[in-house]
Amino acid sequence: MHRLIGLAICAALAATSPARADVAVHVAYLRQLVPIPPTLSNLDPVPADLGVAGAALALEDNRTTGRFLGQDWTLEVTEVPEGGDFAAAAAAALATTDLVILDAPVAQTLAAADLPAAAKALLFNATNQDAALREEECRANLLHTAVSLAMRADALMQFFVTRRWTDLALIAGPRPEDAPWTAALEASATKFGLKIRWKKTWDNGADMRRNASAEVPLFTQDMAKADVILVSDETDDFARYIPYNTWSPQPVAGSEGLTATAWSPVVEQWGAAQLQSRFADAAGRPMRPEDYTAWAALRALGEAVTRSGAADAPTLRAYLLSDAFELAGFKGRPLTFRPWNGQLRQTIALATPRALVASAPLEGFLHPVNELDTLGQDQPETRCTAF
Amino acid sequence: MRRTALATLLLAAAVPAQADEIWVTNEKDNTISVIDIATQEVTRTIPVGERPRGITFSHDYSRVYICASDSDAVQVMDPVTGEILHDLPSGEDPEQFVLAPDDRHLYIANEDDAVATVVDVETRTVVSQIDVGIEPEGMAISPDGKIAIVTSETTNMAHWIDTETHELFANTLVDSRPRHAEFVKHGTELWVSSEIGGTITVFDVATQAEKAKISFEIQGVHSDRIQPVGFELTADEKTAFVALGPANHLAVVNADTYEVEEYVLVGRRVWHMAFNADRSQLFTTNGISGDVTVVDVASRKALKSIKVGRFPWGAAFRPTQ
Repeated sequence: MHRLIGLAICAALAATSPARADVAVHVAYLRQLVPIPPTLSNLDPVPADLGVAGAALALEDNRTTGRFLGQDWTLEVTEVPEGGDFAAAAAAALATTDLVILDAPVAQTLAAADLPAAAKALLFNATNQDAALREEECRANLLHTAVSLAMRADALMQFFVTRRWTDLALIAGPRPEDAPWTAALEASATKFGLKIRWKKTWDNGADMRRNASAEVPLFTQDMAKADVILVSDETDDFARYIPYNTWSPQPVAGSEGLTATAWSPVVEQWGAAQLQSRFADAAGRPMRPEDYTAWAALRALGEAVTRSGAADAPTLRAYLLSDAFELAGFKGRPLTFRPWNGQLRQTIALATPRALVASAPLEGFLHPVNELDTLGQDQPETRCTAF
Repeated sequence: MRRTALATLLLAAAVPAQADEIWVTNEKDNTISVIDIATQEVTRTIPVGERPRGITFSHDYSRVYICASDSDAVQVMDPVTGEILHDLPSGEDPEQFVLAPDDRHLYIANEDDAVATVVDVETRTVVSQIDVGIEPEGMAISPDGKIAIVTSETTNMAHWIDTETHELFANTLVDSRPRHAEFVKHGTELWVSSEIGGTITVFDVATQAEKAKISFEIQGVHSDRIQPVGFELTADEKTAFVALGPANHLAVVNADTYEVEEYVLVGRRVWHMAFNADRSQLFTTNGISGDVTVVDVASRKALKSIKVGRFPWGAAFRPTQ
């Protein structure tokens, strides 16, 4: 029913783990495989080890530190096939450990978090950006190292405010996967006082590889006065064909052009170049946002175990949510968890494929507690009551 | 040609004292800027290997060692001619190093490999490689040469190396992302700065126990932006100057009470620093603004900015007489 791809890692660990280990930490990584929708271009295939490769690197990081402290780390990765029973896989994992990293859609994530065996466990949402998981559907046993859609949208809007790009256009993708990102962009524009004056839903009928220069100018003719055209295309289908084909010369942002992301291969400041090269050496490809946020989950655990000396979920959870915790995440400032909904505070990269354009929060967006809280749901507006 | 000679002559007349130098590595230019301390101008720009960071002189100043991180080499240069004499075997990605009191052994942090490499600079051979934590960077050696320290940025530790056996004898946790280490007060204390943690941890060397922690606070600068990296102590070891990275300030710390006495505004993202001969002036490398700030130690005031190359990082003092 589920496949054990962490076997090689576990076997290697068993061979080298010191017998004198004072603390043994076993972490389960559960991944729900989902169908990848067909896209017009095959230029950027989704890596098979997306996310998992980041966790594998964090395991190495934790083991190196653990070596000096008598801590022994193991990671077991379980992939649940499409249509498989995720809750059963989660129950099986929870029988072996109370520390679990999840890479799954909302329904499966909640099914795992609501298992009786998970009540005293500590779960990490490593990849899901959905708003509800941090808000009305938040769970006390579920922390989020994945950034939320709201954090990404707010990062873009802060940039537009800084550049005084106040009149926006939005091309909404037609797929169900695009709707939450479209909604996040609209909500964030309102939050920052920007106007989406033109909004159209993309018509997926044509083959844009041949037709973009004919279709896109007409489609964007009526939004010719917008300062920037936002595109919502979370499955990476059509947005790549929008830039340079618009009716008037306009920048494109959102899912193409200037993107807001937890991590990008163009991030190199604050020691990030070293994380990038360690990842590329280990995984044979550049580090993607999902790899980074999965890395952050296991590294946050590593930091909590190192500092608290404990390996049980309640102690680690309390430490992670306390003021004492901070993660050096190669983002130029310490990363901490929001104690009201368990979201990891972090900067958002505003990047093109070739360069980092800006890092949010942008200068001037102030906050009484932490500038990182200008991104995403802040404490006064949260609907999460589980914490 | 004539004009240069004349200028030099005039200069010599105006400043009869020695024209000592500050050498600065420019990480993104692959060069060294040489600053004449008397005129406070860049007099030479010397090409070196890729991404130069750490820089230090041999005890008689006849050689300068340069970590060319991306060239995977420690380069040895004649400081008079600016010629690279040879490379030392350094291990991969040498980021920072320290020269032992015997003037012969370099302890090098290999950032990408999680090892420290010990190189004999005379025989040009690797004496030892020691496994340490992830991303080693800060390097220090005790005045008696018996203890070497490596700090690892992602493992968040100071690793204590017995220089006779080349074995680790202690590993002590510090706050997040340790960057720089120094033995101070005749080797009785070890100071380690933590960039993301925003602190300096003071260890008692005899017991390797934490003795004090120095923290910083600047009005109008969020604590997350206060990121201590390099630091140096005055000749009497009563005062420490600490570079605070993107806070764009130096902290002036009382080295006895561990309290901050003052903050001095310098350039953007200040990394490291070097004193002049009598330690009356301090030269800081400011990475983002690409310049060096000259600070008067007695008045604790910034005197001048000197434009150097892109992303200046390391700094070292060279007397010329």
